[in-house]
Amino acid sequence: MTRALAWIPRGIVLGLLAFAIFGPIANLVLWAFAERWFWPHALPSQYGFEFWGRVFSERGRAWNSLGTSVAIALLTVAVSLAISAPAGYALARLKVPLRALMMLAFLLPQAFPNLPIYMNVARVFYWIGLNGTILGVVLVHSLHGLVLSVWIAAAAFASVDRSLEEAARNIGAGPLRTFFTVSLPLAAPGIMASAVFVFLESLDEFTGTYFVGVPDVMTLPLLMFNASMGGNYQIAAITALILLIPSVAFMLVIERFLKADVIAKIGG
Amino acid sequence: MNASRTDAEAVRPARAAPTVSEPSPAPRRLPESVWALALLAPSLLLLASLFLYPLSLSIRSAFTERGGDGGTGNFGRAFDLYGGDIVFSGAVACLTVAIADILAIAIAGYLTLGRNQTAVAWLRWLYRWPLFIPFVVAAQMMRSFLAKNGLMNNAIVGLGLLEPTQTVGFLDWRGVIVTFVWKQLPFVTLIVAGAMASLDRSMIEAARNLGAGRLRVLIEIVVPQIRGPLVVASVLTFVTLMSVLSVPMMINAGSPTMITVDMAYRITSLSDYGTANALGVISYLMTAAVAWLYLRQGIRRDGVPP
Repeated sequence: MTRALAWIPRGIVLGLLAFAIFGPIANLVLWAFAERWFWPHALPSQYGFEFWGRVFSERGRAWNSLGTSVAIALLTVAVSLAISAPAGYALARLKVPLRALMMLAFLLPQAFPNLPIYMNVARVFYWIGLNGTILGVVLVHSLHGLVLSVWIAAAAFASVDRSLEEAARNIGAGPLRTFFTVSLPLAAPGIMASAVFVFLESLDEFTGTYFVGVPDVMTLPLLMFNASMGGNYQIAAITALILLIPSVAFMLVIERFLKADVIAKIGG
Repeated sequence: MNASRTDAEAVRPARAAPTVSEPSPAPRRLPESVWALALLAPSLLLLASLFLYPLSLSIRSAFTERGGDGGTGNFGRAFDLYGGDIVFSGAVACLTVAIADILAIAIAGYLTLGRNQTAVAWLRWLYRWPLFIPFVVAAQMMRSFLAKNGLMNNAIVGLGLLEPTQTVGFLDWRGVIVTFVWKQLPFVTLIVAGAMASLDRSMIEAARNLGAGRLRVLIEIVVPQIRGPLVVASVLTFVTLMSVLSVPMMINAGSPTMITVDMAYRITSLSDYGTANALGVISYLMTAAVAWLYLRQGIRRDGVPP
């Protein structure tokens, strides 16, 4: 009896928390499928896919923005991996001068509010003609994901069993061959996790794109923002829902991607 | 460090068995640190060109007057025009951090000390959902959820707690704080819960056996031991909030607003880099002050013997 009674406060607190967390998400989903929703109706009076058709029609810019966003995210992953995998390997395995200082240097962008940085990056890009280009946005997104991709890559290489690399060297493999056939494949799961993370961060990035991408690069978050500021709640809700799905999916699978032995070495 | 030295020797077998006749490839003779720096060069170059240089540019630009001379006129203008917004930004960010910290300690505390495994499992499943949802999407959700006719007010009216005419919208500073807390709470909780999970449980058990209530154990035993990670999460949250543009733009249209909105306005509408960068330097100083205060407090409390 007391056991059942104890569930009353627990249930109330959990219920309130669930409402606080899922309420805004539910409101977004309702707007995405609402065709008519006028005050004082508590719920939409008509549901349907009319606005989905409008968003994804030939003239709708959602397909273009989705394509731009995914292309930018993939390019950002490529750039990030190309620069962070060597850096991570060096930090994990080689004698790096001032190693601790370098690890901290990559953290530096997280210690400063990034909006003033982005507006000056945009100014520099304007001088050299990179403003409003895909490349400019990719570079900004790569900086945004730099600390995580470098730190996770370093942790992933550090967690590779060193004796396997030594065994490869002992039977005659050169350093490059050892790297590509032993170290890299063994570190791949951790590096993949950082790649997924960088992809998601790039897909969701708003502030940097707002300054550097204008007026030509229209990513999905910018399209959503414009629709929302223009008072078009259905279109904003549909684009927001498209952005929401990968974010929630990533939250649900992140633990499977990032193994505990890698997490334990992050930042070390 | 020792391990990397053995690795270094493995890379250079040539030194152990020098053979003059066989010309070894040139790169092998380079010291290992040169290799390391070469591998690090692209990432350091990106860091220098897209972070350090813009940072120095923003500071230089903040202290450059419109005519091109040095001076502090931009700061005068920033304080004149946006003094209220500077205070507002700091207050909103501090309040958000405080609320997020308290809620995170409560959730993580229940995850650590809760006895009912079902409730713990539900809570663990529940709190993480907003973790990776971008601010711009969170802002759009809250824009409809917190509105006068949003789902929150509709639910309150549906429960009979308020009449439809009594409802008010929360799309002002309160909405900004609610959105910020909603988005940042999982992050702070994740760090705090991780720190709590790795604590030595024997002290907790001992206190429980001596008859201390769970709330007392949480406040007097658990929280003092996780102050370090909590400080880190709080400082990172404060920095993040001082950089968010979409949430104040979409939720808090009126004045006062956050200085991120003012910076964007000075740039996109007026091309006034001086004032915008002065505001930027002010936001660096605010985050530095908060980080310093937090870290100092963390160190001082840690220095006191238990």
